[in-house]
Amino acid sequence: MDLDALLLSRLQFAFVVAFHILFPAFTIGLAAFLAVCEGLWLWTKREIFLRLYLHWVKIFALAFAMGVVSGVVMSYQFGTNWSVFADKAGSVIGPLLAYEVLTAFFLEASFLGVMLFGWKRVGRGLHFFATCAVAVGTTISAFWILSANSWMQTPAGFAIDEAGRFYATNWVEVIFNPSFPSRLVHMLLAAYITTAAAVLAAGAAQVIVRRTADPTIAQMKMAAGTLALLMPLQIIAGHWSGEIAHEHQPAKIAAMEGWWETKDVQPTIIFGMPDEEAGETKFKIEIPGTSPYLFAGGKALKGLNEFHPDDRPPVFVVFWGFRVMVGAGLGMLGLGVWALVLWHAGRLGKPSLFHYLAVPGGALGFIAVVTGWIVAEVGRQPYTVYGALRTSESVAPVEAGPVAFSLALFMIVYAIVFTAGAVYMARVALRGFDDALPPASDKAWRAPGTPLAAVDEPAETTA
Amino acid sequence: MDLALIWAFLIALAVMLYVLLDGFDLGVGILFGFAADDQERNTITASVEPVWDGNETWLVLGGGGLLAAFPLAYAILMPAFYIPVTIMLAALIFRGVAFEFRHKAVRSTTRLFWNGAFAGGSLAATLAQGLILGGFVQGVAVEGDQFAGGAFDWLTPFSILVAASVMCGYVLLGACWLILKTEDRLQGDARKWARRALIAVALAMAAVSLATLSIDPRVTERWGVSMSAINLAKFWKVAPVPAAAAGLIFLLWRDLFRNPEGAPDWRPFALAAGLFLTGYLGLAISLFPYNVPFAKSVWETAARDNALGLMLAGAVVMLPVILGYTLYVYRLFWGKVRVGDGYHG
Ligand code: HDD
Ligand code: HEM
Ligand code: HEM
Repeated sequence: MDLDALLLSRLQFAFVVAFHILFPAFTIGLAAFLAVCEGLWLWTKREIFLRLYLHWVKIFALAFAMGVVSGVVMSYQFGTNWSVFADKAGSVIGPLLAYEVLTAFFLEASFLGVMLFGWKRVGRGLHFFATCAVAVGTTISAFWILSANSWMQTPAGFAIDEAGRFYATNWVEVIFNPSFPSRLVHMLLAAYITTAAAVLAAGAAQVIVRRTADPTIAQMKMAAGTLALLMPLQIIAGHWSGEIAHEHQPAKIAAMEGWWETKDVQPTIIFGMPDEEAGETKFKIEIPGTSPYLFAGGKALKGLNEFHPDDRPPVFVVFWGFRVMVGAGLGMLGLGVWALVLWHAGRLGKPSLFHYLAVPGGALGFIAVVTGWIVAEVGRQPYTVYGALRTSESVAPVEAGPVAFSLALFMIVYAIVFTAGAVYMARVALRGFDDALPPASDKAWRAPGTPLAAVDEPAETTA
Repeated sequence: MDLALIWAFLIALAVMLYVLLDGFDLGVGILFGFAADDQERNTITASVEPVWDGNETWLVLGGGGLLAAFPLAYAILMPAFYIPVTIMLAALIFRGVAFEFRHKAVRSTTRLFWNGAFAGGSLAATLAQGLILGGFVQGVAVEGDQFAGGAFDWLTPFSILVAASVMCGYVLLGACWLILKTEDRLQGDARKWARRALIAVALAMAAVSLATLSIDPRVTERWGVSMSAINLAKFWKVAPVPAAAAGLIFLLWRDLFRNPEGAPDWRPFALAAGLFLTGYLGLAISLFPYNVPFAKSVWETAARDNALGLMLAGAVVMLPVILGYTLYVYRLFWGKVRVGDGYHG
């Protein structure tokens, strides 16, 4: 087996999946947001919700397209780069992925067409149904893919045959494996939070460039409320994930926390530099004696020295990934609360320091999602199926050359697509709401695609 | 119950639906490059915009289903086609985002870029699929349970011939789709494109059929036809497939060349789809029961029965539901494209 091909394959997988997850994190949240907006519009008949819907559905269409095309790449990666893993674990993980396609992808993809292009062809109720179908589809998709991923983290309900192939002995245990519930909750909350931070950022940006409209303020209020409500829940969910990981993957927790020695009571290290050569965390700033509050009943909390170096995950990345995720989360919590205070004071519409911070704050959710996955996945190393199949034994018999080619190709393609997508989304977001509705003389509303909406209107920021 | 066989059928069905559905929208994408002006280009993309994502999902079911039902086949085939698969994925990325991006581009250069990405991506994805198909049909080198060939094994005169044929086929489907969905000048152009594509497809099918017969003695054996002799007793049983292909080509010729105005707009598309079906059946006859030609059969590569059974339960319930709402979406968007229908914010 070619060691370079292994390294390149890992880099490629990390790169394409990290790129992919940016879009699900956004579309799962946005689909829910759109369903809420359309529902509120139908229910309250307030035009403001329709305007929010028509505005955000444009950004949603862009994000969804990027989510789909990068997702199709993912479903072939298992074969092109991890074929041995696919062969060995296929009988367990395959059905979960197949169920995802059958129950989620078709639902999303089919009703997306109705959602985006069906305004004139279906009634309002049916259109709302289509939006909900897309939102439910993205959630079902998260269910199955996270079940598959969680099984790789905390495999259960399986056995291994003579040929080294995994097979299920209990499907319920496979699907609802130990880390699945906490991971599903943590990821769905992550998606809602990420979206809320992005929506808040778009609102703040509109305020700064003085394109504030009623929906601008409304979207900022909705986003601020969501952040302030969900971030505390996310801390609880994250803590739950940590407890599960502690139970099943102690090496990951040791790496996250930067613990080297096994002790009954461990500190919380706020800052430090884990040094794998020296086997210690240098320059630490720590709060001693916290572990009994975090890991109830934890005794003899394992440090990394407990594990053979071949069984340890890369420490530095896991340690810092965790801190960045938590830091980003706390930052978003701060922004949410701050926005609530401004709302209370009636100052959401006036540019202030908050607005200038909230704009870059829109990236915090994405940063937390990617670093969170890095913690979970790098922390699982050196295994693909934890404790049962090593990463080095999972890789495809492909030479380094083709893998280098594909990695370079994906990097170039994604750089172009990402840049263009980000620019187009930002333009639509910045343009604000003044274009969203046709002249007031018209009947209550008009959909995109009616002759009033310019067919080919480019997304310009200024008129 | 032979679960492996059932799943072989289901996956073949998924791939078949993929080839038909994404086939026409990739063909439409290639023809997009020949459109006269922006107006036509918008009509062309609008004709597939609401459905392309659903169409492409059959590719995910084909790939994901192969992983799930035949992990070993997936594990051998994907590394074997590493390069064309990668190119196909990259091309599909460009083409997929171009649907949205080309409406958002403000400057004429970026707009040109995304228009090019749409046509070029469609073409590259088509050719890559053709190369994969060609490489698949000609067989894959296997040792033990792993792919044992080189990175470029798939690149042969035969696979290039197949790639060119797949391209002609997709263009024919795409042109017939445009006949169905458009009017006036664009429809006239579509007829012209379809006529040229039909001639190319007829030649290509004949060439690929003959070349396939000489690939492996087992194929010759199955058809009872070799370059030098015909075993009528065998050929008789499979003859309906090529006969149907010839018949469909004749009907298409009538609708496209002889009496284009008299034919209902949907008929060329239906006939072209039928023609694809015969080609597909022909391949199935040649290759069955191998899903890694000519090394592993569907039974050797199948997942565990409990995995196949679990998925079958899901497929039995979900496939009719999926087909149901797919039909619903197609019916909803039935009829000629009205350009104003496009949603481009
Ligand atoms: C938490 C959720 C989540 C995670 C961890 C992943 N995905 Fe994803 N994926 C989605 C949530 C999602 C989604 C929300 O359902 C998407 C994103 C946007 C979209 O269009 O659908 C999607 C799209 C999407 C598609 C295109 C579906 C279509 O054609 O409509 C495929 C094939 C995959 N994904 C496959 C994968 C694979 C193989 C992953 C793992 C390595 C993966 N996704 C991680
Ligand atoms: C979508 C969010 C995800 C992200 C951001 C993510 C991130 C990563 C990263 C960073 C790696 C590289 C680890 C390393 O090699 O050091 C990796 C590896 C891997 N992950 Fe994930 N992952 C995600 C979801 C999944 C899911 C859902 C699955 C399976 C169903 C999965 C399966 C794998 C496999 C097979 C590898 C390659 C082998 C390995 O290096 O362990 N990942 N992922
Ligand atoms: C602030 C407190 C937080 C804590 C204590 C926390 C804790 C954790 C832990 C322990 C893991 C690893 C789980 C495992 O590998 O089994 C994890 C993963 C992850 N985190 Fe967080 N997290 C926090 C905030 C956030 C925020 C704000 C986001 C995103 C908005 C986020 C997104 C993720 C994601 C996407 C993963 C990978 C998927 C998973 O394993 O659940 N986290 N988190």
